[in-house]
Amino acid sequence: MDNLLLMLAPLFSSKLLLVLFFGTLFGLILGVLPGLGPTTGGALILPFTMTLDPLSAIVLLTSIYCAGTYGGAITAVLINTPGTPAAAATCLDGYPLAQKGEAGRALGMATVSSTAGGIFSVVILVFFAPILAQLAYEFGQPEYFALAIFGLTMLASIGEGSPIKNLIAGAFGILISTVGKDFMTSIDRFTFGINELTEGIGFIPVVVGLFAMSEMLTQSTLINQVFNRIALKAIKLPSKDDYKKTWKTILRSSGIGSFIGVLPAEGGTVASLIGYSEAKRFSKNPEEFGKGSIEGIAGAEAANNAATGGAMVPTLALGIPGSATTAVILTGLIIHGVRPGPDLFREQPDFLYGIFGAMLIANFLFFIFGFFGAKIFARITLVPNKILWPMIFAVSVCGTYSLNQSIIDVWIMLFFGVLGFFMRRYGFSVVPVIIGLILGELVEGTLRQSLVIFDGNWLMFFTRPIALTFFILSLIALAFPLIRSRKLKKNYD
Amino acid sequence: MKNVQKQKRANKSLPFFFRDEFRVSLVIILISVALLITTFTFDVVPPILNRGIQPATFPKALLVIIIVMTLLIYYLATKNPWKVEKKLPRSFFLTLSSFVIFVVVSKTLDFFLAISALSIFVSYCWGEKRLFYLLLVGIIFPIIVFIFFETILGLRFPPGIITNIYYS
Repeated sequence: MDNLLLMLAPLFSSKLLLVLFFGTLFGLILGVLPGLGPTTGGALILPFTMTLDPLSAIVLLTSIYCAGTYGGAITAVLINTPGTPAAAATCLDGYPLAQKGEAGRALGMATVSSTAGGIFSVVILVFFAPILAQLAYEFGQPEYFALAIFGLTMLASIGEGSPIKNLIAGAFGILISTVGKDFMTSIDRFTFGINELTEGIGFIPVVVGLFAMSEMLTQSTLINQVFNRIALKAIKLPSKDDYKKTWKTILRSSGIGSFIGVLPAEGGTVASLIGYSEAKRFSKNPEEFGKGSIEGIAGAEAANNAATGGAMVPTLALGIPGSATTAVILTGLIIHGVRPGPDLFREQPDFLYGIFGAMLIANFLFFIFGFFGAKIFARITLVPNKILWPMIFAVSVCGTYSLNQSIIDVWIMLFFGVLGFFMRRYGFSVVPVIIGLILGELVEGTLRQSLVIFDGNWLMFFTRPIALTFFILSLIALAFPLIRSRKLKKNYD
Repeated sequence: MKNVQKQKRANKSLPFFFRDEFRVSLVIILISVALLITTFTFDVVPPILNRGIQPATFPKALLVIIIVMTLLIYYLATKNPWKVEKKLPRSFFLTLSSFVIFVVVSKTLDFFLAISALSIFVSYCWGEKRLFYLLLVGIIFPIIVFIFFETILGLRFPPGIITNIYYS
C-alpha cells in the first residue's frame, strides 16, 4: 500500500508532472523523426539532466523512452519508415492499411496497443524488479561477473545482426572502459600520454557519438530520399470488432515484450518482431498479414512498448541494461550518483516507485498526446534533414562539452561518430559497445576481486551454483544462433 | 532477397584484398595487434602489491578475444561473403570533412564559429540554398544554444575570437 502511494507521488508534484509532460512530448517528437528515437534523444538530453535532481532526471529519461517507443509507429504507419527501429514491424501492416485509406484506424490501434503493452509492462516491473533485487542479495563478486558475461552473450545472441560481430562490439566496449587509470592499482592504461584520458573515456561522448553523430553521417548518404506521406484526417479508436479480434494478441504480445525486455538485448526491436510473428502464427487470418492486418499492428506495437517496462527490470534491480535506451538511463543513474541494485530498493523506495509511477503516467500521457496530436506530430516529419541535423549537431557538441567543459570530449564524440558509422555500415551493431562500456568496470572489477577471493584459482568460479548457472546459460545463449540457423536451414531444405 | 544474393555474388567475384570482409578484418586485427603491443608497455605491479591479476592482463585477454573472433568472422565470410556496400556519396565525404574543419576551427579560432561554419556548410552541402534557412541553422540557432547553455546552465565556453568579445 505504501509503495502504491509512492507510485502516485509524481501526480502530486507539479515539478515532476511538468518534467513528465515535456519528457513525453519530447519523446514523441523524437520517436516520430526517423533516425532519432529515444536512445539518441536520451543521449542528447543526458547532459541537460545534470541541472535536475536525480528523480526528475530519470523521470525525464523514462518518459522519453516510453513516448519515443510509441512515436515510431506514427511514422511507420504514415510514411512507411519506422521512426524507431522498434517500429519496423509496424510498417508491415500499418502502411498497407493506411494506403487503403484507414490511417486513422491503424494509428488508433497502434496507440491503444502501445498503451496497453506499456501499462502491462509497468505492472511486471513493479512486481518483478523487487523480487529480482531480493535475489541479487545472494550475489557476490563471482555471481555478478557471471551475470555480466551472461548479459553480454545474450545481447550477442538475440540482438540484431551477427552474434560474433555483436561479441566483438561488446568486447570493444569493455576495452574502452579500461582506458585511463586502473581502478585497483592507479596504473595508466591506453592513455598515450594524454592527460585528459587518465580519467577514462566518458559515457556521454561515446553515446552521443555512436548514436547521434553516426546517424548524422548515415543521413548524409540519404539526402535524396523522398518520403510518400499519407494524409491523416483523424485518429480513430478501434471498433468493438477490432477489440474482439485483437485483445488476445495484445495480451500475448505484452507478455512476450515484457519477457524479451527483461533479457539483456535490443529490447523493443526484437520484441516487436517476435510479437508480430507470434500474432501471425496464432491468427485465424494469417494471409492478411503484410496486407494491412489490424492484428499485425497490435502484435508489434503492444510488444515493443511492453519491452520498455521489462527492460527496466534488470536495469534497476541488477544494474544490467535491458536495451540500448535503458543503457542511456543507466548512464543517467550513474552520473547522478545512484547505484542500481538491491540496496536501491531498500534505501530509496520513494525514488524507485516514483520512477514506476512516472512510467505509468507517461503511458497515459502519450495515449492522450497521440490520440489528439498524431496529426501534428506527423507534420514534424516534414522538417527537412538539411535543417534538422545541423541543429542536432550544435546541441550534441554543446551538450557533450558541457559535462566536463572539455573540448577533448567533443573530439572523442566526433571520433566515435565516424567509428559508429563504419561499424553500422559493415554490420556491427553499436548497442553492444555502449553496454560493454557500461558493464566494463563491473566485468573487470568483479573478475579481479573474485580472483583475489579464489586466490587466483579460476576453477573456483564453477563451484558457485549461481555463477555456474549463469555460465551454462551463457553457453546456451552462444549456441542458440547456431541451433537456430541449422533449424532454419533444415526447414529450408 | 535476390538483390542481396546479387550483391554477395558481386563481392565473391572480387580479388580477396578488395573484399569488404578482408579489409574490415585486417583493420580490426592491425589495430588490435597495435593495442596488444601497447599493453606490454603498461607498468607492472610488484608481486607484493599485486592483488589478483596484473592491470595489463584483462585488456590483453580482451584483445586476444577480439582478434580470434575477427579471424572467425573472416573465415565464415569466405564461405558466405558479405554483400557489397554501395559507394558512399559525395555528401558523406563533405559531411565527414566538415568534422575535420570543425576540429581545426574550434582549436584555432573559436568554438562557436566552428559550430556556425559546420552548420552552414553541412546544410548547404545537403541541398539548402535559401539564405534565411542557412542563417537560421548557422547563426540564429547557435546563438539560441549559446544563450541557453551560458545563462541557464551557467556554462563557460572555451576562449576564441567570438566568445572573447562576449566575455569581455
